[in-house]
Amino acid sequence: MTLDKTKTTAKKKVEQVNAVVIRFVGDSGDGMQLTGTQFTDTSAMFGNDVATFPNYPSEIRAPQGSLYGVSGFQVHIGSVEISTPGDDLDLLVAMNPAGLKTNLKAVKAGHTIIVDTDSFTKKNLQKAEYETNPLEDGSLENYRVIEVAMTSLTREALKGLGLDNKSIVRSKNMFALGMVYWMYGRDMKHTLDFFEKKFKFKPIIAEANSKVIKTGYFFAETLELIPNSYSIAPSTMPKGTYRIVNGNTATAWGFLAAAEKSGLELYLGSYPITPATDILHELVKHKHFGVKAFQAEDEIAGITSTIGAAFAGDLAITTTSGPGLALKGEAIGLAMMTELPIVVVNVQRGGPSTGLPTRTEQSDLLQAMYGRNGESPVIVIAASSPADCFDYAFEASKLALEHMTPVILLTDGYIANGSEPWKIKSIKDMPDIKPNIITNDSEGYGPFDRDNDSLARNWAIPGTPGLEHRIGGLEKNEFTGNVSHDPLNHESMTNIRAEKVKRVENYIPDLTPEYAEEGDLLVVGWGGTYGSLHSAVRDMSKDGYKIGHAHFHYINPMSKNTADVFSRFKKIIVCELNKGQLSFVLKGKFNQYDFLQYNKVQGLPFSVIDLKAKFKTLIKED
Amino acid sequence: MEDIAVKQYTFKDFQSDQEVRWCPGCDDYVILRSMLKALPEMEVKKEDVVFISGIGCSSRFPYYVDSYGMHGIHGRAAAIASGVKLANPNLSVWVATGDGDAMAIGGNHFIHVLRRNLDLNIVLFNNEIYGLTKGQFSPTSVLGQKTKSSPYGNTQPPFQPGELAIGARARFFARIGGNTPKEMTKLFIDAEKFKGTSLIEVLQNCVIFNDGCFTNYTDKAVKDEQQLHVEHGEPMIFGKNKDKGLILDGLTLKIVTIGEDNIEEKDLLVHDAKCENEIMHHMLINLRYPLVTGIIRSVEEPTLEEREAELTEQVKSNSNFSKVDDLFFSGETYEVK
Repeated sequence: MTLDKTKTTAKKKVEQVNAVVIRFVGDSGDGMQLTGTQFTDTSAMFGNDVATFPNYPSEIRAPQGSLYGVSGFQVHIGSVEISTPGDDLDLLVAMNPAGLKTNLKAVKAGHTIIVDTDSFTKKNLQKAEYETNPLEDGSLENYRVIEVAMTSLTREALKGLGLDNKSIVRSKNMFALGMVYWMYGRDMKHTLDFFEKKFKFKPIIAEANSKVIKTGYFFAETLELIPNSYSIAPSTMPKGTYRIVNGNTATAWGFLAAAEKSGLELYLGSYPITPATDILHELVKHKHFGVKAFQAEDEIAGITSTIGAAFAGDLAITTTSGPGLALKGEAIGLAMMTELPIVVVNVQRGGPSTGLPTRTEQSDLLQAMYGRNGESPVIVIAASSPADCFDYAFEASKLALEHMTPVILLTDGYIANGSEPWKIKSIKDMPDIKPNIITNDSEGYGPFDRDNDSLARNWAIPGTPGLEHRIGGLEKNEFTGNVSHDPLNHESMTNIRAEKVKRVENYIPDLTPEYAEEGDLLVVGWGGTYGSLHSAVRDMSKDGYKIGHAHFHYINPMSKNTADVFSRFKKIIVCELNKGQLSFVLKGKFNQYDFLQYNKVQGLPFSVIDLKAKFKTLIKED
Repeated sequence: MEDIAVKQYTFKDFQSDQEVRWCPGCDDYVILRSMLKALPEMEVKKEDVVFISGIGCSSRFPYYVDSYGMHGIHGRAAAIASGVKLANPNLSVWVATGDGDAMAIGGNHFIHVLRRNLDLNIVLFNNEIYGLTKGQFSPTSVLGQKTKSSPYGNTQPPFQPGELAIGARARFFARIGGNTPKEMTKLFIDAEKFKGTSLIEVLQNCVIFNDGCFTNYTDKAVKDEQQLHVEHGEPMIFGKNKDKGLILDGLTLKIVTIGEDNIEEKDLLVHDAKCENEIMHHMLINLRYPLVTGIIRSVEEPTLEEREAELTEQVKSNSNFSKVDDLFFSGETYEVK
């Protein structure tokens, strides 16, 4: 599509749309994450539903202009329910050739690309491995390209302000943001306030950024290349007070809430690892709540200090990602054997080994289920969206404390870094947490005396007079808790530990499929793929397909009605970002059903379009 | 008013009902008895005592003390204990560990716990061999030592535990022979009193796999001639007749005899365990004749838990947040109507 650059429009039209997907891309130092976050927050405050997905390289400051140094931030906003950061793009803002090259494929044909023409120099084109300039060689014919000399215009706008060149160039992202704000009818106020607050002590920087964003905004308004703007009405989300959270923050806050609700102090033992480190970053801030966040010397000390803190009576958690979970395996066994309550958060990333540290995957499920020596079942649960990381961090704490067992909470890089609106939960709306702490020895205390229903053992905390006892990794006598190598006792204890975890099924909710109770196809997923699967099933359900979506939050144990749900659908497909790990578990447990699989291991989330195509084929096959 | 003073305990109060299962004649029995004698003297409530161990012969220790205890996994006792202490700084936390547990599989935790200076007490049972796995060389086994995994002699040069500890910034290091219960009992009490991580190396004879490895220093017949037991503020004197001592000759320690070459007692070095500069402590640790025992280094500085508590108080007093709701509803929230 060629655009007539000479034609002027007197008054620009406003076009109504339900939802748009926008991606900002540039060098990892170009401020794309900030640009995207500002657009997201402004849209959310306007009342749109939003979902975001940052995508950045594992290098901190990769060489400028390189293909692997491109940092991106995608945001999906709508007047309708938004469940994913979106698949194909309505708008791509590319600050350099490398950004254009690596992201072009995602842009819908006929849709808009804004580029900073100043960055399309010979050198940058070479770095992006372009043989000819894509702005000139016709390769972008199928898109609406808006060429803007952003760097020069930014420089012009800041003339006379006395800023150095580096600071000038650094604020060009705000020019782009200003343009996008005009195009989508957004108010600049939130961002202007943000500058004022953030650069309180550097007023010149605040002024420069404000100037640039306004320049971008008015430039877009007058530029003939942009014939109209878009309006996205506020969505109809439930009433309440909201904020935008990403999954790692929500996870950290879930633990804060669980500590307050249980009346225990929160202990975190952790070692930095991508993409889990932000949970540590968040919790270290909260010393005002008495949080004890300990950066240990390694993953093993992270979890073993956590076990020590649990023994001493704290709500004790450790956070990690795949390779770290492998290192923690033996210690999870110790926590399981000593029946101490700890939570292990695994923010999954692409594996195996170091794998794809900044990309997402769901390939640690089997490690979480079985990655220990001996018979050592633990509770495994998974969060499914950035905001519900809060609920499942809380739930993981509750289950650990009330059932005296380690709990592995699985999240992933996609929901950990992605963000969405969270209808804020007050502590008073959260369920009670009642740990099995005993404080007197009047009834002839034994450390392995158990609750009759849950089989959770008593928790006697050091400092409590009269309840002194020893626990350890050796097998112990079922009644006295003393070390025992007796064969039958070992078998009995093995069974008790398994039964204790199994009985958790009596304390968790049913599996409730969305969109259909029965039908032609049941889409099964777990964890961070919820948004994509939900969107695909929602769309197809609207189109009249008999399709349901069952999403597993509880993987060990599973809800008691699981088989019943499976029995009501003609076909079942298990969709995972791995080679079939939940499928493997389901096939072992429910071998009366045929589980079809849909798997992807590209370090990327599912595409809703691809999912729908697959589901339609399966339904048509009948 | 309730009497908050610690009740007077006896040896028996800390003795657990478990049958002790070390080999007959093992120095571990001496360590256990010394500890059970020391505990009632520490002015610590029984319910506040926690023993943590890893894996190995030494690590069975918690089962034999009637206090709170955890028998952990190999090498991790120091890390488990760190979590216990950070969770509840009021507890008296002890680590029972061996040369393999602390310096091989648990080497990383060992150096970092010393660096951080939590108020813990670590008893290192050094027998220069792996006992529980039946006789392989350890990180303190000497060169040439024949063991099950070095039948032709050990080729891996050993660590000197004290030297490693000083390198890791240990504030308290003491060494004691495994056959001297009286001195050991006193050391345990001193270690508990010391605020910071205390490391006590016990030269512990393994009667089965490395019998006699310390005999040249610890045997009653030679002990006084071979060992120099240092006391803070006292001259460095040793020998059956208390007639030998140490002086500094250039950059090395030199053995002298009182009465020879015009040497008098006042010429001898006076032990300063509290000297921050670790050079003299390092030299004493590495001396083989005489072998130095007693508290070699004891330098107090704020513990990790004290630094953490101070910071927490500071943050609390500057913060508007006391309940999580204060945080959740703060900052950039918005209303959907």
